[in-house]
Amino acid sequence: MKIALFATCIVDGMYPSTARATVAILERLGHEVVFPPGQACCGQMHINSGYFKEALPVVANHIKAFDTTDYDVAVAPSASCVASVKHQQPMIAERAGDTGLKQRAEDVGARTYELSQLLVDVLGITDAAAQLGSWFPTSVTYHPSCHGMRLLHLGDRQLDLLRTVEGIQLTDLPSADQCCGFGGTFSMKNAEVSSAMLEDKAANVTSTGASLCTGGDASCLLHIGGGLSRTGAAAGTLHLAEILASTREHPYDAGTSFGAKAEVAR
Amino acid sequence: MSQVFIGMPSLPAYGQGNLFATESFPDAAHHELRDDQLRKNLRHATTSIREKRAHVVGELPDWEDLRDSGSAIKEAVMADLPAMLEQFEANFTARGGTIHWARDAEEANRIVEGLIREQDTDEVVKVKSMATQEIGLNEYLDEHGIKAFETDLAELIVQLGHDKPSHILVPAIHKNRSQIRDIFLKEMKDVDPNLSNDPRELAMAARAHLRRKFLSAKVAISGANFALADTGTLGVVESEGNGRMCLTLPETLITVMGIEKLLPHADDLEVFMQLLPRSSTGERMNPYTSFWTGESHDDGPKNVHLVMLDNGRTAALADTYGRSALHCIRCSACMNVCPVYERTGGHAYGSTYPGPIGAILSPLMTGIKAEENNSLPYASSLCGACYDVCPVKINIPEILVHLRGEDVDSRRGQRRVPSEMDLMMKGVQWAFSSGARLGLLEKALPLGKLAAGRDKKIKRLPGHLAGGWTSSRDIPAPPSQSFRDWWVKEHESPAAGTPGRTDTTGQEK
Repeated sequence: MKIALFATCIVDGMYPSTARATVAILERLGHEVVFPPGQACCGQMHINSGYFKEALPVVANHIKAFDTTDYDVAVAPSASCVASVKHQQPMIAERAGDTGLKQRAEDVGARTYELSQLLVDVLGITDAAAQLGSWFPTSVTYHPSCHGMRLLHLGDRQLDLLRTVEGIQLTDLPSADQCCGFGGTFSMKNAEVSSAMLEDKAANVTSTGASLCTGGDASCLLHIGGGLSRTGAAAGTLHLAEILASTREHPYDAGTSFGAKAEVAR
Repeated sequence: MSQVFIGMPSLPAYGQGNLFATESFPDAAHHELRDDQLRKNLRHATTSIREKRAHVVGELPDWEDLRDSGSAIKEAVMADLPAMLEQFEANFTARGGTIHWARDAEEANRIVEGLIREQDTDEVVKVKSMATQEIGLNEYLDEHGIKAFETDLAELIVQLGHDKPSHILVPAIHKNRSQIRDIFLKEMKDVDPNLSNDPRELAMAARAHLRRKFLSAKVAISGANFALADTGTLGVVESEGNGRMCLTLPETLITVMGIEKLLPHADDLEVFMQLLPRSSTGERMNPYTSFWTGESHDDGPKNVHLVMLDNGRTAALADTYGRSALHCIRCSACMNVCPVYERTGGHAYGSTYPGPIGAILSPLMTGIKAEENNSLPYASSLCGACYDVCPVKINIPEILVHLRGEDVDSRRGQRRVPSEMDLMMKGVQWAFSSGARLGLLEKALPLGKLAAGRDKKIKRLPGHLAGGWTSSRDIPAPPSQSFRDWWVKEHESPAAGTPGRTDTTGQEK
């Protein structure tokens, strides 16, 4: 299968190792990965901040980059960006009165998957150790991001993948379904409320004693990791793609990776 | 042809009364977040009610179908509201009721005052009602020499404490038992000075306090949860029975109700009586449900009035993207699951309607530009928990985003100097609307390392927005190479060129 990678702006710029891990997993399964070079951002930040007019060129750029027959499915290591591609981009095109763009947005959205969705629903991964060779002998807790849980209805897909990683010690995160308080520009406009939410999330992560908090959205992990780092907590954050990509032969190495753990918690 | 005034207000006619945030949400939240006792009370209350709700909702295998039905019924009502209101009026009137139409809070208050004066009294008892909170009826009556006594236990606590409700179902959610005992000791005449903070003792004290009022009041004021168009029937759903007393004992009953509360038929209650109690108190069925149809010769109130309130509802209905906010049945499930509400409490929202539903309903009813209501749609991380629990499936996050767009658009061209957010959005747009430009910008990533300290953390950024972020969060030093850059070097340089991969190069037009 030919899979187009939508790296997302935050992974592209801040967590390139997460995108590299995504590529590694897919290539390991024998798929061909392409990177449409015109891609930039899904437009979520503009849209959720109310800047619909400014979002239009961002959205149009994404649609242009991915509206090709050069791949079978697109994948992003981010639930909230995929949700934005699927639900918000057609809305922005509709508001701009561009029915053609809306149709193209819907077509792109229909072919775009979040990583665990692609792995479980399309590629049939039920056992990460057996099928991906995933090996990660570390204590980990898992935060299900809001948009994956509530907009994409990922259910237990991410957790099921993590559970089948060899060597992992997975502990439940108390009040896991509570938002970490990121919310894009919410964390700037309402920084104090956001901080109060983050404080509780960070305390819950710390209470598990796990050395890493993982999840499927780099933005939430950036936020949680930033909070953990500020409080001097021992735990860091790491995207689940990097856990799935880690094998006995090529184990995850914080030193050479750009993972949040490497940059923040060290 | 000469112009004739036919008494129709020009749309949209926005709402008045207690629908406004008087300081911006972040400012209001700043005060509330400092109150540790408040945080503790809210966490305890919302957590326990959340668990109760989840338990009873989980019992119903057809819960999602019920939500779909509730949503569809409400949508149908809104699509046919004018005709259905007339149908309700005809049936209500035919059964001996009198209907009064109020365009806004002021008109509604005046009508209610007039009806009370007709009965030659200056005291009324009240059933818990959001509509009368919204129009500020108690304060209005007080200014005009009429005392209104709240009979719902929590409303009584708020009234005796000279406080404001902070939740639509549990208006005193911000107070704990000991704080309530202190209010009773201070404000209730003849109360036992040894009153403890035991819930039963507190309830008994309130009961003794209220009983006299019930027996002497000539006029009662209620809200309504439902109005059935095909029979002209009104309904109130409650827990304590105080409502039932108010609805049956006094000779005159005045109900104040928003125009959106209509349901077509009694059959529709099958859906809503399953949705409402489970969503609000987390009970399978609430203890008291009262329905009344007009006036009856041998029992109950002799004068039955209904004030039909618009107060901005028509303006909300006119908003294509926002109108489903009017489907709200005031269950409060959204506030009980909201992480923002749990930390700030209801007072931070200013309006009678706090929490996620309030953050959309208030600006929809008042217009986005009213007072500080344009700060309300931003009071959410868009986590979506509210939409998940809403019994009538109001897509609150989507409407929040819509109203943010309204706010941004309303400021366009208004500012002489662009705001920090305007500048950020404009700058980021430049980079985010082209892969080539973003790639170019990413070449500067190593510069970001300069902003980081030795521990590879960025601890402080300038400005209100970025500075807000770094007030409690570090940012990792950026990597020295973006993924895009790595990909190009790995896949597209002649040395690394892998067959089948290079075909993605040079596609950017």
